[in-house]
Amino acid sequence: MAEALLLVVLLPALGALINGTRAFTNPHGPKNKTVTNAVALGATALSAIVATIGAVIPFVRSGTPFEHAYYTWIPAGIGHAGNFIASFAVDFAFRIDPLSCTMLMIVTWVGFLIHVYATGYMSHEKGYTRFFTYLNLFMFMMLLLVLGANYIVMFVGWEGVGLCSYLLIGFYYDKNFAADAGKKAFITNRIGDFGFILGIFLMFNTFGSATYSKVFALAATGGAAQYGGIATAICLLLFVGACGKSAQLPLYVWLPDAMAGPTPVSALIHAATMVTAGVYMVVRSNVLFRMAPDAMLVVAIVGALTAIFAASIGLAQNDIKKVLAYSTVSQLGYMFLAAGVGAFTAAIFHVMTHAFFKACLFLGAGSVIHGCGGEQDMRKMGGLRKYMPRTHWTMLVATIAIAGIPPLAGFFSKDEILANAYPHHFPIWILGVVTAGLTAFYMFRLYFMTFHGSYRGAEVEGIEESEPAHGGHNLIPDRRHLLDGDEHSDKAHGHHTHAHDPHESPWSMTGVLAILAVLSIVGGWVGIPAVLGGSHPTAFQRWLSPVLLPIGGEAYEFHEASVALEWTLMLISVAVAAFGIFLAWRFYKRDPLWSTPKRFAETFAPVHRLLENKYFVDELYNATVVGGTLALSRAMWWFDRWIVDGIVNAVRHLTVVLFGHGSWIFDRYIVDGAVNGVGWSARGGSMMFRRVQSGFVQNYALIMGGGVVLVAVVYLFMKP
Amino acid sequence: MPSTQAYLMLSGTLFAVGLVGVIIRRNMITVLMCIELMLNAVNINLVAFSHHIASLEGQVFTIFVITIAAGEAAVGLAIIIQLYRLRSTINVDEARTLHG
Repeated sequence: MAEALLLVVLLPALGALINGTRAFTNPHGPKNKTVTNAVALGATALSAIVATIGAVIPFVRSGTPFEHAYYTWIPAGIGHAGNFIASFAVDFAFRIDPLSCTMLMIVTWVGFLIHVYATGYMSHEKGYTRFFTYLNLFMFMMLLLVLGANYIVMFVGWEGVGLCSYLLIGFYYDKNFAADAGKKAFITNRIGDFGFILGIFLMFNTFGSATYSKVFALAATGGAAQYGGIATAICLLLFVGACGKSAQLPLYVWLPDAMAGPTPVSALIHAATMVTAGVYMVVRSNVLFRMAPDAMLVVAIVGALTAIFAASIGLAQNDIKKVLAYSTVSQLGYMFLAAGVGAFTAAIFHVMTHAFFKACLFLGAGSVIHGCGGEQDMRKMGGLRKYMPRTHWTMLVATIAIAGIPPLAGFFSKDEILANAYPHHFPIWILGVVTAGLTAFYMFRLYFMTFHGSYRGAEVEGIEESEPAHGGHNLIPDRRHLLDGDEHSDKAHGHHTHAHDPHESPWSMTGVLAILAVLSIVGGWVGIPAVLGGSHPTAFQRWLSPVLLPIGGEAYEFHEASVALEWTLMLISVAVAAFGIFLAWRFYKRDPLWSTPKRFAETFAPVHRLLENKYFVDELYNATVVGGTLALSRAMWWFDRWIVDGIVNAVRHLTVVLFGHGSWIFDRYIVDGAVNGVGWSARGGSMMFRRVQSGFVQNYALIMGGGVVLVAVVYLFMKP
Repeated sequence: MPSTQAYLMLSGTLFAVGLVGVIIRRNMITVLMCIELMLNAVNINLVAFSHHIASLEGQVFTIFVITIAAGEAAVGLAIIIQLYRLRSTINVDEARTLHG
């Protein structure tokens, strides 16, 4: 199984390498799309097949978690960790357990489907091979993230998907808004990653390891009594990382802007897989979180607030991808809400169902944009039911699924979350229910605006005006347009086909939509609760239960409520969803002029403006964080220019005066003086002693003879 | 047979005469002869002590000294002749090009 896991991870890397080399060696020339497709799809398909046959099926058969260390990656030696000595070493290791299996299946198969879709969607784009290089690279990093057996390997994948996200958001790098959105995503994620890595450090310092099995075993044995406080700190830091990656308050701002990337990217990275990495990480760390009730409460509150906050913004957006983006933020909030109230299985369950229906919605939206020649404003769509029936049906299914109508996938996961929230956190449950209503409303608003009524594309703008949007050139929006924020995202999406009527997308796209729609229907059936003929705990809960280790001997208890309460909660959530759908129908379908919502917008103009402008959060961040950073940078520049440079210049002047002029004096008189002095003294001495050498041989003989006599005299008379 | 002391006194006197001659005479030939005088004073000394201690080593050594003296006289005279050819004089004081 070890080899299979390695293959699963390395196949997309190989695909990225091959396509990357091809794209790099010939950056602007045309490339053979068949080869690109074969490499990219082959790599992902093989990876998915190997993952299924080589990893998941053997695991399900054996039932025991599998962990394999390929080699010691960072051997750092012995050190103190908490109150014991530990060998700090990080293995490059993979782990297969129910949690990573679930994520593995979502990532590989949904990833593969989106690759297939992208071959249709991106077929007219420049940089086709580059796109698939990034996409394969993303798959590689995401698999590293979910398969890693310790936090360090997870962190590598975590950063890697962040990089790929940046590259893909900025895919249309010659468009300012896309480049800006990429940078925004990268920088915002950096803030979260900072917290994440601090959390890992603290964990390393406490438990002497970052390997899941070791850390959780130690923590579970020690229990809350021993590790409660430090676990709270670790969990809060980890959650900061999750907030960045999974777009929670206050770090969610990058995700709506990330829609500047091509739509398959939005579906794969910003809906189905990468943004759920934070949820995966929190669930993975459930042992630590369960020991830190305060941290759990923070997670639940942040999740609930994000859910309702993003949902309320979604009410007033007109860009089809923007609506879906805020919906994603909101649903991610739901997942954190679930994790925060202790329903970890429900969180992963929702990750899974959300991956199906949100990928379907995004790809459907991509199909709509494709069909409308790059148009993203829902006010210029309408009546597409007639033009693109396959897209219509699949999107309807996904919309019902996200609205939470039984028996589609969204209902079961959402109901499990709400049922878990109700007993202990009533205010959070209220937020959840209201969010469910809002979600149903804005999703059906999207549906009715897009697919019902009559086509408004031609009538609103006129075909001539909308031409540039088709052609894909002179499309760079000005700055102001970007700040308004709405219509910019896929304008760069240049389609060469621009029929004046919307057209249905090719089968490579709609086929994928159909598969995802089917999954959106049946995907929830693994978690049917007891009252609806399922079991307690549900099949999905039983599947994930090995991940929920007992703490201090106390096993994890799945929430259970009376049948009457379950029915009541279920009816409430369905009723709220139905009410939301009814309102959407009433506002946007029955009345084709949309007079009611327009009247509301006028009556509550300040509220509407607030929602339409996303609570001015971007402006707030611009004023505070960006402005503050700029002011600080200016202050730093001033300090550098005048203080640091001043000191340096002063030192230079001082050096010139002291050692420039001073050293000339020193050199001239002391150094030269010493050298000359030696010369002079040698010369003077020789002048004196040369006299001895008279040249008269007899002089020498006399001195010699005298010397001999002297020696003789000393020897004879002065002998001691 | 006179005593060893008498030989030593003769030898000392001869050596002193030779030394003074070397120091004060200006004629190179004379200086050379005075050196011979000193060498022979030494010879007398050696022979006297040889006899005194009844050993032949001193007398053997004397033969060596006489041999060296012959060589020395030959080289010395050759130098003097060359000097005379160069300078047309054999005055010792004239040959002082090595003065400092």
